[in-house]
Amino acid sequence: MSDHSKSSPLPTYFAVWGALLLGTALTYEAAKLDLGPFNAAVALIIATTKALLVALFFMHLKGASEKLLKLVVISTVFFLFILLALSMADYGTRLWS
Amino acid sequence: MSDSQAAAVQGVAHGEAHGQNPALLHHFADEEQQKNASNFGMWIFLATEVMFFGGLFCAYLIYRGWYFADFAAASTSIDALLGGTNTAVLICSSLTVVLAIWAAQTSRRGLLLAMLALTMLFGCAFLGIKGIEYKDKFEEHHVPGASFSFDHVSVPSHPDQYADPRHAQIFFALYFIMTGLHALHMIIGLGIFTWLLWMAWKGRFTPEYHTPLEIGGLYWHFVDIVWIYLFPLLYLIDRHK
Repeated sequence: MSDHSKSSPLPTYFAVWGALLLGTALTYEAAKLDLGPFNAAVALIIATTKALLVALFFMHLKGASEKLLKLVVISTVFFLFILLALSMADYGTRLWS
Repeated sequence: MSDSQAAAVQGVAHGEAHGQNPALLHHFADEEQQKNASNFGMWIFLATEVMFFGGLFCAYLIYRGWYFADFAAASTSIDALLGGTNTAVLICSSLTVVLAIWAAQTSRRGLLLAMLALTMLFGCAFLGIKGIEYKDKFEEHHVPGASFSFDHVSVPSHPDQYADPRHAQIFFALYFIMTGLHALHMIIGLGIFTWLLWMAWKGRFTPEYHTPLEIGGLYWHFVDIVWIYLFPLLYLIDRHK
């Protein structure tokens, strides 16, 4: 697959790299603040943003045109979500433990 | 010679006569389809890896919900600065991976070799830092088993309370299993990149064909993503007290 009219991807790569490092620093510093129950939420939101940046730009999902590939990636996240959500809902709604 | 063999030989000769890349296998219509198939195959594998690690993350989340205070106490005893440094190391290694692929796309052999080697260097640095962390845990008797001890460690939010060593041991079990499995993936990744470096050295990658680099890169980025989640969950549970 060659697209000779594409501009250089380098600026994007370095911008994503910078954003990832920034996100890491942010996660570390935010952990030092007392946000109560929101500490975990903030940490996971930043982590998910970083994961999305890696997946979209470093793993080239953003330019991918194959619908089957997008379906597989979305289903993966979906099934992981089912695993986590239903397992935690199971244990979370047991009054005896 | 059988019919299919004759046809295969004819097909190869036919293809090369038309200037096709010899790397194109005959059961693919064109190079783009072959590349998409390889890409797709690796993503399917990564989907299984997501579920593989997902089960461990699920166990971690459930136990953390049950024993939050004890997990917080245990989490405070691992070095968040080392963990954060390792996160930065892996982020840099993902950058060198995409730069290596760009180098292959633009026929920059020197840069390709340098970026592959640098990626592996970052991977080794990650494992080295992990080794230091594990050593600290061994010395502090935080490795689950007969010699485990976690007495008189205060819970971060209630300094007058001590953490339950049994629950702390569960945290450390999950810590070693999850980071250990991740480190195993890192080691496998280093093996894959050794092979990629070897192939690059022999000049196998061109702007038209560098699929192994992209596939290996996908694996490496996945390992990076797992660590991006491991770091805050394991190291930063309750650090603000």
